[in-house]
Amino acid sequence: MIDIKNLHKSYKMGNSSLHVLKGIDFKADEGELVAIMGSSGSGKSTLLNILGMLDLADQGSYYLDNIEIKDLDETKAAKYRNQFLGFVFQSFNLINYKNALENVALPLYYRGISRKDRQKQALDYLEKVGLNQWSTHLPSELSGGQKQRVAIARALVSKPKVLLADEPTGALDSKTSTEVMSLIQQINNEGKTILVVTHEKDIAKMCKRVVVLKDGVIVEDKKINQKLIH
Amino acid sequence: MFSRDTWIEIFITMSKNRLRTFLSGFTVALGIFIFIVLYGFGNGLKNQFQEFFLDEATNVLTLFAGKTSMPHKGFKSSRQIRFQNDDIEEIKLNFNFFLEDISPIIRRNSQVSYQLESDNYRTEAIAPSQHFFEKNVLIKGRFLNEQDIINRERYVVMGRLVAEDIFGLKENPVGKYISLGSSPFKVVGVFKDSGGDNEERVLYLPYTTRQLLEKNNDYVDQIKVSFRPELGYIGAIAFEKQLRNFLEEKKSINPKDKKGIFIRNVAKDLKKNQEFSRVLQYIVTFVGFGTLLAGIIGISNIMVFVVKERTKELGIRKALGATPKSVIGTILIESIFITTLFGCIGMFCGVFLLKNLGTTLAEDYFIKNPYIDIYTAVFATIILIIFGGIAGYIPAKRASKIKPIEALRDE
Repeated sequence: MIDIKNLHKSYKMGNSSLHVLKGIDFKADEGELVAIMGSSGSGKSTLLNILGMLDLADQGSYYLDNIEIKDLDETKAAKYRNQFLGFVFQSFNLINYKNALENVALPLYYRGISRKDRQKQALDYLEKVGLNQWSTHLPSELSGGQKQRVAIARALVSKPKVLLADEPTGALDSKTSTEVMSLIQQINNEGKTILVVTHEKDIAKMCKRVVVLKDGVIVEDKKINQKLIH
Repeated sequence: MFSRDTWIEIFITMSKNRLRTFLSGFTVALGIFIFIVLYGFGNGLKNQFQEFFLDEATNVLTLFAGKTSMPHKGFKSSRQIRFQNDDIEEIKLNFNFFLEDISPIIRRNSQVSYQLESDNYRTEAIAPSQHFFEKNVLIKGRFLNEQDIINRERYVVMGRLVAEDIFGLKENPVGKYISLGSSPFKVVGVFKDSGGDNEERVLYLPYTTRQLLEKNNDYVDQIKVSFRPELGYIGAIAFEKQLRNFLEEKKSINPKDKKGIFIRNVAKDLKKNQEFSRVLQYIVTFVGFGTLLAGIIGISNIMVFVVKERTKELGIRKALGATPKSVIGTILIESIFITTLFGCIGMFCGVFLLKNLGTTLAEDYFIKNPYIDIYTAVFATIILIIFGGIAGYIPAKRASKIKPIEALRDE
C-alpha cells in the first residue's frame, strides 16, 4: 500500500539547513496498523506530512497503492489527498463555525458530491463513531474525545486508502485516548491501513507494528502483539 | 466554480461569520457613502456659488468716479471727478454700437416713514434700466419708467423686505404715500430679488427727482451700462477700453492716471468666477478621489485581515482536498459579493441623503441642492467593487499557495 525508498528532507533555517529525514525506507501493506514513534525532533511528523502530501520530499520515491507520487503541484496534491488519504490531527482541526455534520461532509464537497448525498454519507459516518445524536452541534459544544471522533469520521468519509493520524490522542486524557484508539482499532479491523504517529508507548502498544525513528533514520521496525481494547 | 453548491457554501460561511461579513461590508458601504456625500456637497457648493453670480446681469460695466492722482492739462492732482447727466447722453450718442442700456445711480441713505413705522434704508436714484441690471422681479404695481424720469415724479419702487417692514404683510403699499427724508413719495411698485436680503432692502426713485431734491444739480455717483451680449468677452474688453478713453478725454484725466475713473467689468469678474468655479471642481474631484482611495485602502485592509484570520480554516480545507483554485474562488466570490451588495447599499444611502438635503444646508453652509450624477456614483461603486475584488484576490492567492501544514500550525 505504501512504499517509500531513500526519502530525504531538509529544512532551510536561515543560512544553515536542517537535515530531518536521512534516507527512510518504509513499506506498509494493506490493513496494517503502524505506530511511528520517536522523541520530538526525530522526524516522525515530517515523515507523516510527506506521506500525507502536505509537504514535499527532497529526494526519494513514494508509491501509494502502486501510484507514484511525484511532481506534485498543489492542485494534484489536493486531489490525491482528497481521494487517497484521511487525516486525523492532534488539535482536531475542525472548522469552528460548521457543525459536526458539515465538518464531516466537507471532504465530499471537494469531491463534487451533491449536498443531499454528502449529508447522508456524513451522517452514516457520524453514526459509525457514535455521534449521530450530536450532528448539529458546533465543535465548541463537543468534548475533546467527541471532537476527535468527528475528525475521524471526517477522515473516513471519503473512503481513503490510508488513514494518517498525527498524535491523535495528544490532546486527550488517558480514558478518552483509549476510546479513540479503540475506534481506530475497530476501523483497522475493517481493513483500513492506518499510520499513527505517537510518542506514547501505551498508544503504540495498541498498534500491530511499531517503527521507531531517531535522528531521521529508522532504528527499529517490528511487529508486536497488539493490545486489543474491547 | 459558480455552481449552486459553491454559492450555498459561501452563503453559509458568510451567515456563520456575521460580524466579519458585516465589518467588511460596512467598510465598503461607508467608503462609497462618504464619497457620494462629499462629492455631492462639492457640487452643492458650486451650485450656490454660481447662483451668487447669476443674480446680476453679466453684460454690465459699472463706472465709478474717483479723485485724480496726477495733474493734467492745467488741472491739479487730487481733483474729485464727478459724472453728470450729459455724460450719459454722450455715452448714448457715441457708443451706439456697443450699448444696450444705461442707468445712473445716486445712492443715499434716507429715513423712510409711514404712519408710525420709520426706519433708515438705502435708496438708489436710477433710470428704469437698473431694474433689469439687478434682475428685479415685480410683485406689485409697476417699475419706474421713462416718463417718471422726465417728469421728475416723486415715485418709489420698494424692495419686498422694505414693504414688509413698513407696511406689514397685509397692507398693499401700492398707491400709499411714504416720506423719504422730508419729502412725500408715492409707492408705485414692489419687487423681489434673489440676491439676498440686501437686494430687497432698497428703494428706487427716479434719478432726476433725487437731483431736484438736491438743489437741482445734475451729478450722478455711478453709471451702469450694459453692452450687447453677443459682443462676448473680447467686445466687453474693447468697450471698457474705449469708454475709459472717452471719459478720460472728456474729464481731462491723464490716461496714465488709474485713480480718476474706475470701471468694474462683470464680464471680467465672470471669467474670474468661472476660473474659481473650475478650481472648486478640481477640489471636488480631488476630495472624491481621496475618499475613494481611502475606501479602497480600507477594503484592502479588511480583506487582508479576513484572509489572515481564515488561514487555518483554509489549511484544513486544503488538507481535505480543496484545490488552490477553489480556495481563491471561494474568497474572491465572497469578497465581490460583499462589496457589490454593500457598495450598492452605500450608494443608495448616499444618493438618498443628497436627494433629501435640497436647500437645507444652503443658508448656513453655502451648499445648495447637492447632487451626484448617476454615472459618477455607479462608476465609483464599480471601481470600489473591482478594487475590493483585487484586494481580496491578492491575499487569497497568497493563502492558496501556503502549504497546508504551515496553515495548520497557525494557531
